[in-house]
Amino acid sequence: MIFLYLFITFFEIGLFGFGGGYGMLSLIQGEVVHHHHWMTTAEFTDIVAISQMTPGPVGINSATYCGYTAAVNAGYPVTMGMLGSATATIALVLPSLILMILISRMLMRYMQSHLVQSVFAGLRPAVVGLLAAAALLLCTADNFSTPSTNLWQFCISVAIFVATFFGIMVMKINPIRMICYSAFAGLLLLY
Amino acid sequence: MNWELFKTFFRIGLFTLGGGYAMIPLIEEEVVNRHRWVEKQQLLDLIAVAQSCPGVFAANISIFVGYKLRSVRGAVITCLGTCLPSFVIILVIAMFFYQFQNNAIIQALFRGIRPAVVALIAVPTFRLAKSAHITLANCWIPIVSALAIWALGVSPILIILIAGLGGYIWGILISTESQQSQHSQGSPTPPTSNSHQ
Repeated sequence: MIFLYLFITFFEIGLFGFGGGYGMLSLIQGEVVHHHHWMTTAEFTDIVAISQMTPGPVGINSATYCGYTAAVNAGYPVTMGMLGSATATIALVLPSLILMILISRMLMRYMQSHLVQSVFAGLRPAVVGLLAAAALLLCTADNFSTPSTNLWQFCISVAIFVATFFGIMVMKINPIRMICYSAFAGLLLLY
Repeated sequence: MNWELFKTFFRIGLFTLGGGYAMIPLIEEEVVNRHRWVEKQQLLDLIAVAQSCPGVFAANISIFVGYKLRSVRGAVITCLGTCLPSFVIILVIAMFFYQFQNNAIIQALFRGIRPAVVALIAVPTFRLAKSAHITLANCWIPIVSALAIWALGVSPILIILIAGLGGYIWGILISTESQQSQHSQGSPTPPTSNSHQ
């Protein structure tokens, strides 16, 4: 029963997803690609790209998209894909709904306490590691090809990676614009 | 009021591009300046709490504001408002993309996009490292957690739990240490941070 697993998985991701949408990506990837095998790394990367380019928070976009893809890949029709989307999205925000209401009601004053703050102080550096892991886990043959199978595609992929990294980090170019540039490069050089 | 809440957060969800942090100025404009639902200082406090909590930041902050104004019903309304634009747009794209993903041109486009996405995630890693005050003394924490997930296949959830527990124990050690040093100095004031628990 894929819908039950989708619900449990995305509820867990919503509950443990610290560090915003990007911090969540390594959790989502770990679950949907490596643990449940609902999709390939390439499919997941496409989902991240599309979630980034479309309006709406990245976390919600990718949950909606993963829910759909997981259901359709499992052989369900499109209408069930919609149910998969709804399941994943609702499961993702449900922990937020419960936690935020609890915090508004009674925990607000504990949030500034020394112990809660030290838990967050421990979490923050780990979330940086989570983000780094998300990037490392995406460095696969699916996304970059390999020197032995297709040397040309591998070199172009690495060049696109380096260009995008410096474009965003150093030259402060808008990430969505960088995605459009790299799509154009793909069309010209990797068709 | 309910409809107004829904409309406002629907608009906020619709115009958030990229990460949730891009929506902070948008929320401020709508919630503080236009509708005067929340005071500016209060919004800043809510943002600080919403950032440190798990979950999608955009959903967290909208639930906070909704709950403040209309209790549980308000929280559900604002949460739906924020999620609905994503849901509809992504569903349309997903159905459309599924039919075209074997098209040669689309495949070439995405062969170019995929390496760029990896860079897109690598950049916030370094930005976050700066804002999380990663120094030479504590840089082993992100490095060890990244390697554990990437090379050893450890679940990120386990890393989160260990890091939180580590911070908690560290906090207890620090506070007992400061208490001892205060006792040895004969200071009558308890540590302020624990006094109101």
